[in-house]
Amino acid sequence: MGGALEPTTTARAGDVVRLPPGSRDVLPQEARELRAISDGLRGVFEAAGFGEVITPTLEYSDVLARGVLGNPSPTYRLIDDRGAWLELRSDMTVPLARVAATRFHGHDEPLRFWYTQTAFRPVPALQGRSREVQQCGVELFGVPGYGGDREVLGLAARSLDATGLPDARIVVGDARLSATVLESAGVDAEAITAAHDALFAGDLVTLEGILLEAGLTEDRVRALGALLRTRGDASVLDAHADAFGTPGRELAETLSSLTTSEKERVIVDIGLVRDLDYYSGLVFEVVHPAIGEPIGGGGRYDGLVGKFGDDRPAVGFALNVDAVHRAQMLGATA
Amino acid sequence: MSALGGLSFAVPRGAMFSDTLDILDALGVDTTVIRENDRRLYFPELGIITMRPSDVPIYVESGAAALGITGKDVLLEQPGRRVLELADLKYAGARMILATLDGVDPTIEQQRRLGRVRVATKYIHTATEYFQATGRQAEIVEVKGSVELAPLTGMVEAIVDLTATGNTLKANGLVEREEIFVTTARLIANPVASSLSAQVVDDVARRLRELADRA
Repeated sequence: MGGALEPTTTARAGDVVRLPPGSRDVLPQEARELRAISDGLRGVFEAAGFGEVITPTLEYSDVLARGVLGNPSPTYRLIDDRGAWLELRSDMTVPLARVAATRFHGHDEPLRFWYTQTAFRPVPALQGRSREVQQCGVELFGVPGYGGDREVLGLAARSLDATGLPDARIVVGDARLSATVLESAGVDAEAITAAHDALFAGDLVTLEGILLEAGLTEDRVRALGALLRTRGDASVLDAHADAFGTPGRELAETLSSLTTSEKERVIVDIGLVRDLDYYSGLVFEVVHPAIGEPIGGGGRYDGLVGKFGDDRPAVGFALNVDAVHRAQMLGATA
Repeated sequence: MSALGGLSFAVPRGAMFSDTLDILDALGVDTTVIRENDRRLYFPELGIITMRPSDVPIYVESGAAALGITGKDVLLEQPGRRVLELADLKYAGARMILATLDGVDPTIEQQRRLGRVRVATKYIHTATEYFQATGRQAEIVEVKGSVELAPLTGMVEAIVDLTATGNTLKANGLVEREEIFVTTARLIANPVASSLSAQVVDDVARRLRELADRA
């Protein structure tokens, strides 16, 4: 089937025709399989009452920059014919927050958007990473706290059902949890910031060094390190409920409202820190045993829409369609 | 289930190899077959993959190995790698140093009259960062082999390199001028494997830490 559309797999002679590193063509076989994934996800999202939104590939840099709360991630910029800085979107969450605040301002009802679009990220050389990432996901605006968290987590679980990845799991945490744990242990604010950075870097040796320097005993540091490294099912939240405080209680409440099959997808990770600073509560990553890095993720970012002038709570997630595709292929043999 | 709970483990060859195999023995992995087959790299029956230390982070980041051991110097040289650094295993200690020819420090005259120092190293990132952080201009020259040769031939004035005993420096008439950092062996893990196989990863980390504390 489709033999004429099969690419030639032998070496080509002649002059060299290049693509930039990290860029590639998607050919019919792969495109068909990628389309099947995004179609399946679209079915889940539309059935849940989400509507598609398409935003411009290029936006003004200073507009997108409003959504950057901490260190800006690297992006592609260019100058337009009038000398203004334009930027290729590096994720879909910031543009959709802009859409919610500017096109639906004053809207009282929750907004449910889904998208399947390409985000652009500069890539380090020779590490096999892609410059263009096809993200397929949702943003839910106007549903605070546990109601919105629960809806989006459930949707993430059903998305994995739709893509046929029984081994995929959703690693769930809360952006406030590590600070809460450290605060209740009496660690000062400066050390908490440093500890957060170390957690984000995945450097637990430095994390323990910071806590030792903050005046904690070695035993206490070990115990705290282990607490921040706690992973397991929802019951781990009960085991140290005092240390996990409000975010722990809220997360436990959200998880308890999931269906049995949704719960089976979930792994709680107390120390989960995501690489974007706009998260304000729930955070999660979608992982698959055949793929070395997360194939998707999301969370709550209540402060973001307000940056565009119309404050409202927000929560969302996206799957990386290419990574889902790889997981489908490799997972079948794993 | 094997001693590593079915997870794959990236083991550094070279200077760290024999100490690492001893540690694996203590973990309950029988490393006899690895010791007896010096040229074989891959031991799936044990869950062991052997490689040069600087390759350990990419194998772990990609998920080809769930766990691995490498030097802190390697991790500092490859800062973008998304791996978890779980424990300081405290062996394979060495120091990253700046060294020049013995006698009058040639970098002083270089900085005074030429405004910069030429530095040869295998650790490009480390050397670049160090000179930037210390407010000095440097021309970093990458070499792959014995870096001690570079100042002897006049190609550069200084080197940034790892030293354990200082014997190679001394044998080539070089002296240490500054210590950049101290490195030891580290246990690293793939973040996804660490989530999906939390118990095995934590168990290996705990036992390796106990061994490190006892040593």
